[in-house]
Amino acid sequence: MITDIVIVIAAALFIGVYVSWRAGRIDRLHARVDMAQAALDATLLRRSSVALELATSGLLDPATSLLLASAVHGTRQGGAGGMGPPGGDSDRPRDLAESDLTRALRAAFSQPDFRASIDGKEGADELLAEVEAAAHQVFLARKFYNDVVAATREARHRPLARVLRLSGRARAPEFFEMDDSLVAENTGAPLGR
Amino acid sequence: MKIGITCPYSWDVPGGVQQHIRDLAEALIDEGHDVSVISPADDDTPLPPYVTGAGRAVPVPYNGSVARLSFGFLSVSRVRRWIKDGNFDVLHVHEPEIPSLSLLACWVASGSIVATFHTAIPRSRVLLVTYPVVRTGLEKINGRIAVSEAARTTLVEHIGGDAVVIPNGVATRRYRKAEPLPGWPGSGGAIGFLGRLDEPRKGLQVLLKAFEVLGQERPGLRLLIAGPAADPGDVLDRVPAALRDRVVLLGQVSEEDKVRVLHSVDVFCSPNTGGESFGIVTAEAMAAGVPIVASDIEAFRRVLRGGEAGELFTTGDAGDLARAAGRLLDDLARRAALSAAARLAVADYDWSVVARSVLSVYETVVLGSTQVAVTASGGEFG
Repeated sequence: MITDIVIVIAAALFIGVYVSWRAGRIDRLHARVDMAQAALDATLLRRSSVALELATSGLLDPATSLLLASAVHGTRQGGAGGMGPPGGDSDRPRDLAESDLTRALRAAFSQPDFRASIDGKEGADELLAEVEAAAHQVFLARKFYNDVVAATREARHRPLARVLRLSGRARAPEFFEMDDSLVAENTGAPLGR
Repeated sequence: MKIGITCPYSWDVPGGVQQHIRDLAEALIDEGHDVSVISPADDDTPLPPYVTGAGRAVPVPYNGSVARLSFGFLSVSRVRRWIKDGNFDVLHVHEPEIPSLSLLACWVASGSIVATFHTAIPRSRVLLVTYPVVRTGLEKINGRIAVSEAARTTLVEHIGGDAVVIPNGVATRRYRKAEPLPGWPGSGGAIGFLGRLDEPRKGLQVLLKAFEVLGQERPGLRLLIAGPAADPGDVLDRVPAALRDRVVLLGQVSEEDKVRVLHSVDVFCSPNTGGESFGIVTAEAMAAGVPIVASDIEAFRRVLRGGEAGELFTTGDAGDLARAAGRLLDDLARRAALSAAARLAVADYDWSVVARSVLSVYETVVLGSTQVAVTASGGEFG
C-alpha cells in the first residue's frame, strides 16, 4: 500500500521533472534562436555597410557604385518576411532584398579582370577583403541560425510539446533563406581572382 | 551637327526608352544630322548602322526588379573610345540616373551634355542614398529634358534644378501603311482596341458593355482586341455568350502587328477613363488614319482637337459610346473625313517636330559650352 503511494508520487515527480525539463529545453532553444538571429542581423548589417563603403569609395565606376548603393538601400528598407523587420517600411521582404545585394555584389565582382582593374588603388585590397569576409560571415551566421531554427521547430513539433503546449506563446521561428554566395554557380571558383 | 546619344538599356529588348531613342535618332538623321548611338546589345544582334554596340548587358537586381544594364570598367573604356572617336558637338544621355552607359558617359565626358529623363520615380529615398554617387556625373549636364510633367516633377523634387518638357513623338511614318490582318475588317464592320485588358483605366469594360448593344443591333460587327492580360479568359466571360465568337483576342502583339491591327478595323476605340497624359495609342491610331471614337478626357480632347479629328463620347458611358460608334459605322463619308482630319492633326506630334524641339536644346547648350571630349583621367570619382 505504502509502496504503491510512493511509486505513484515518484512517478508523478518524475513526469513533472521530465516535462519541466522539456519545457526548459524548448525555452532555451528559443533563446538560442534569438541570439542566432541577432548575430545574423549583425552580419547582414555589417555586409551592407561594407558594401556601401565600397560603393562610395571611388574605386569602382559610377554605374557599379550606383548598383551597389541602391541594393544596400534596398536592404535597409527591407521589411516584413524572413526574420522580420529591422525597422523597414518597405514592400520588399528582407530575404529578397538581401539576395539582391548578393547578386549586385556578384555582378560587380564577376566582371572579367575585375581585380586587375582596381589593382594598386589605395585601400582597394583591404576593402575587397572586408567585403568578402563580411559576405562569408553572413553565410556562416545564416547556417547557424537555420540550424537552431530547425532544432527548435523539431522540438516544438514533438507530440508531448504540442499536447502540453510547452512552447507557450512563443511563435515558431522561421528559416531565413537567401542567396548568399559570392561564387558564381557555373564556375565554382571565387570571383574576380 | 554631330550628335552622340547613349542608351542605358539593351537595344534588343523592347522598351519605351529604346524606342524613343530610335525614333529620335532617325528623325535627326532625316534632318541631315550625323548621329551615333551607343547601346548595350548582344553581340549577335543586328544593329542599325548608326548604333554602336557596347557589349552584352548584364541582368542585375535594381530597384526591386531585374534590369539588364551595362556597367563596369570595360563599359567605361568602350564609352570613352566612342566619345573620343565621335568628335561630337553634343552628347545626349538618356536616363543618366540609371546605373548604365549614360551615367558612365557623363562621368568620362566633358563639354556639351544634354540629358533626357524618362521616368517618374515615386520612391524618393532611393535617390537620397544614391544621389551622392551620381552627383559628379549629373552636375556636368548642361541642358535637361523631361518627357513628361511627371518626370519633370521627379527631377525637380529629388535632384533639383529644372528641365524643359518635350513629350514623346509619334513615328507617324511607321503607321501610315500596313496590310490588314487576313479576313479583316470584314463586311459587317469591325471595332478595334489596343491596351492592357485588365487595367480598368484603359476602359475595356466600357467598350465591352457598349458591344453588348452594338453586337445585337449589327449581326456582322466584330471586335478586335490586342493587348496583354493576366487572364484573357476573364475578358470573354464578360461578353454575353451569343456574342462571344465575334470578340477576337490577339494577346500581346509585336510593333508590326500593332500597325496591322490599326489597319484592320473600321473604327478604333479609346475608352480610357483617365490616367492618360497624352494617349500615345490614340495618336498612333490617328497616324494610321483609322476613324477614332474616344472618351472625353482631357488628353484625348487635346490630341483630337476637341472632336474635330475623332468622335468624343462621355467618359465611362457605354450607351453614349455605342451611339457614337454606331453613327460612325453607318456613315462612310464621316469616317473618311475624320480619317483625313486625324492624319492632319497628328502631324503636330510627329517625331520630326519633336526632333526640332530637341535640336533647339542642343543649339542652346552648344552656345554655352565646349565640344564634347573625354576628361583626362576618366574622372576620379567622389
